[in-house]
Amino acid sequence: MRALLSGDEAVARGAWESGVLVATAYPGTPSTEILESLAALPGVYAEWSSNEKVAMEVGIGSSMAGVRTLVAMKHVGLNVAADSFMTLSYTGVGSGLVVVSADDPALFSSQNEQDNRHYARMAKVPMLEPSDSQECKDLMKEAYVISEAFDTPVLFRITTRIAHSKGVVELGDREDVPSRGMLLDPSKWVMLPNYARDRHPLVEQRMSRMMVYSNDFAGNRLEMDDASLGFIAAGVSYQYVKEAFPQASVLKIAMTYPLPLAKIQEFASVVKELFVVEELDPFMEEQIKAAGVEVKGKEVFPAVGELSPDIVRQGVDKEYKPSVVAFPDIPQRPPTLCPGCPHRGVFVVLKRLKATVFGDIGCYTLGALPPLSSLHSCVCMGAGIGMVHGVEKAGDLGRRVAVIGDSTFFHSGITGLANIVYNGGASTVIILDNGTTAMTGKQGHPGTGITLQGRGNKIDLESLVRGLGVDRVSVVDPYNLESLEEVLTKEMEVSYPSVVITRRPCTLITPGSLGSYIVEEDLCVGCGNCVKVGCIALSLLEDEGEKRARVDENLCYGCGVCAQVCPVSAIKKA
Amino acid sequence: MIEITDLVFCGVGGQGVLLASEVAAEVALSEGLDVKKSEVHGMAQRGGSVFSHVRWGEKIYSPVMFLGGARFLIAFEELEALRYAPYISRDAVILVNSVKVNPITVLSGQTVYPHAPLEILADRFEHVKEVKALDLARQAGSPKAVNSVMLGLLSCYLSFPEVLWMKVLEDKVPSKAKEINIKAFRLGRSCFS
Repeated sequence: MRALLSGDEAVARGAWESGVLVATAYPGTPSTEILESLAALPGVYAEWSSNEKVAMEVGIGSSMAGVRTLVAMKHVGLNVAADSFMTLSYTGVGSGLVVVSADDPALFSSQNEQDNRHYARMAKVPMLEPSDSQECKDLMKEAYVISEAFDTPVLFRITTRIAHSKGVVELGDREDVPSRGMLLDPSKWVMLPNYARDRHPLVEQRMSRMMVYSNDFAGNRLEMDDASLGFIAAGVSYQYVKEAFPQASVLKIAMTYPLPLAKIQEFASVVKELFVVEELDPFMEEQIKAAGVEVKGKEVFPAVGELSPDIVRQGVDKEYKPSVVAFPDIPQRPPTLCPGCPHRGVFVVLKRLKATVFGDIGCYTLGALPPLSSLHSCVCMGAGIGMVHGVEKAGDLGRRVAVIGDSTFFHSGITGLANIVYNGGASTVIILDNGTTAMTGKQGHPGTGITLQGRGNKIDLESLVRGLGVDRVSVVDPYNLESLEEVLTKEMEVSYPSVVITRRPCTLITPGSLGSYIVEEDLCVGCGNCVKVGCIALSLLEDEGEKRARVDENLCYGCGVCAQVCPVSAIKKA
Repeated sequence: MIEITDLVFCGVGGQGVLLASEVAAEVALSEGLDVKKSEVHGMAQRGGSVFSHVRWGEKIYSPVMFLGGARFLIAFEELEALRYAPYISRDAVILVNSVKVNPITVLSGQTVYPHAPLEILADRFEHVKEVKALDLARQAGSPKAVNSVMLGLLSCYLSFPEVLWMKVLEDKVPSKAKEINIKAFRLGRSCFS
């Protein structure tokens, strides 16, 4: 049977057909749909772990217990999980363990575009890179074979263009892979220096054997055609090469670490001109050049952003120029907080209070964009809490606050808050509690009690925060700007650590409307205060020479934030 | 050798652009073609600009198409039609839902919405077809059925059987919305001239 599957869905399908019994992840674009689709297939335990490091460790445990396991995350998630991942390379696995890293070249939904292929090299583990959905499934099956044959985790690297492109996939049956059972072996699983010292040579030997394997690996495939032009490519770049130069010879790489260097040397000796096409860093290029092969790469192809068939063609043929009709100066349409978003009121008030706001990753990062423009830092999940404390210790006397989402707080906010309490800080942390992991599509988290496959236990946020030693804990409705301003003003002043929980469910989990607002045109003075809350249901457009605010009743959720900033009370419930 | 057909679907987050491209891709798959489709999820979907590339033919390599090559642009919003014009060929068929959705940059006064995007398009492209898809969707029973209206019209330009479109559409929309979407699809088809 054939089906149209995204790369994420095909990764899940491949894991399922390989007999995976346990799968873990923390949601993150573009990897989220892997676990969502795997969780819907029968016979698999799948969970949202509280963060990627925990997901990795749950995965190590289940592999150690002898069942095939999948761990998935976005590229920056592997930074969080890197501590466990690096030593996992030393312990090796029980049953097959595959770690998916979904990278995001061009930063469609990320804070950086790091190239996670380096992790394979750093950890000394094999890496596979599929170039479409069918390969996502097929290589996933290979990955489990390799993982068990070489006693190693396998890094399975995809990119947004693979994860979120759909292609035709031939579906197969699920292999029944019973648990191997747990083999307790301290010299393998207890990485004390004494034992770990003995594991390192085994890791090096494993790499040597993998290099031989890579040269024979069928996925590293030679497609000989016109010998005057040769390409080495992996992942989606392979597809761009085939599209741009259908007649050229291609060495298609599926195992990008370790590289099949003997095969590459052989290919280089039969083609006249050789290019290596890869997105982001010259990962393959540097290794190929170090092996003494002459090849062109980053001198003609960009090291930033995504590639495309046009870019690949341009890299080789400088004269090539696509015939394009383009309209310059088209207004941008950046993403915005939804109408009714409970984050909006918080940023409106923080802007009014002229607070410096340290944020992190989530829908609320959009608070940085005009017209709200009231979030001043975003580094990574949890960063705002550590940063606000650092700013305090640096002697900054201004009003400042950290903001973090509820899901993000469980991911990586708890330790930061403990640090503030422990070190006698006085910072205020706002937990934007919208009852979901919104940005990635309404996933549950420990504060909701909703798990990937059903119901677990709900952790009470106030008790948790109090348990960490924060005595000043307030809960505020973010639709009520007056009480929000009162509480925040006070909490930022006091010389104790404080937590303000702004609680309102995300409008994605409570769709519908609370009843639209309207603008009484006779009262509106056209001051524009309302449109500064950055809601797409509101506009300030010229009508017969006069500016008038208007509410789009089809879009308005009825939060009333705009009505509260109107100086002449012209915005009223319809 | 079957010629490759490239289509660009675009619009604003929440308009059903991705579902529409999904239906078109599934229809081509049911007809035994190789299909690839590429789109963007996550942050961009929060009221931002949304697009999807759909390609079918005997064998498709890249999920991303060449600039200037697409035969169809299916735009759910006028400004977005302008934004994705670089992907389409000069003789492409452009189907535009005649709706203007102001981006936040316009609503907050940072910039202005282009005057008459459809005229700008018609100056440079021969086949621009305007559809009042929102009105027709409402007529069918729900403003959310804009995507089915657009698909109905698109189906008239392609050789796939009408019953196949309707079967795939029924599979893809929520069961309670089936009737409305089929009605919207038919209204879309009636716009073909």
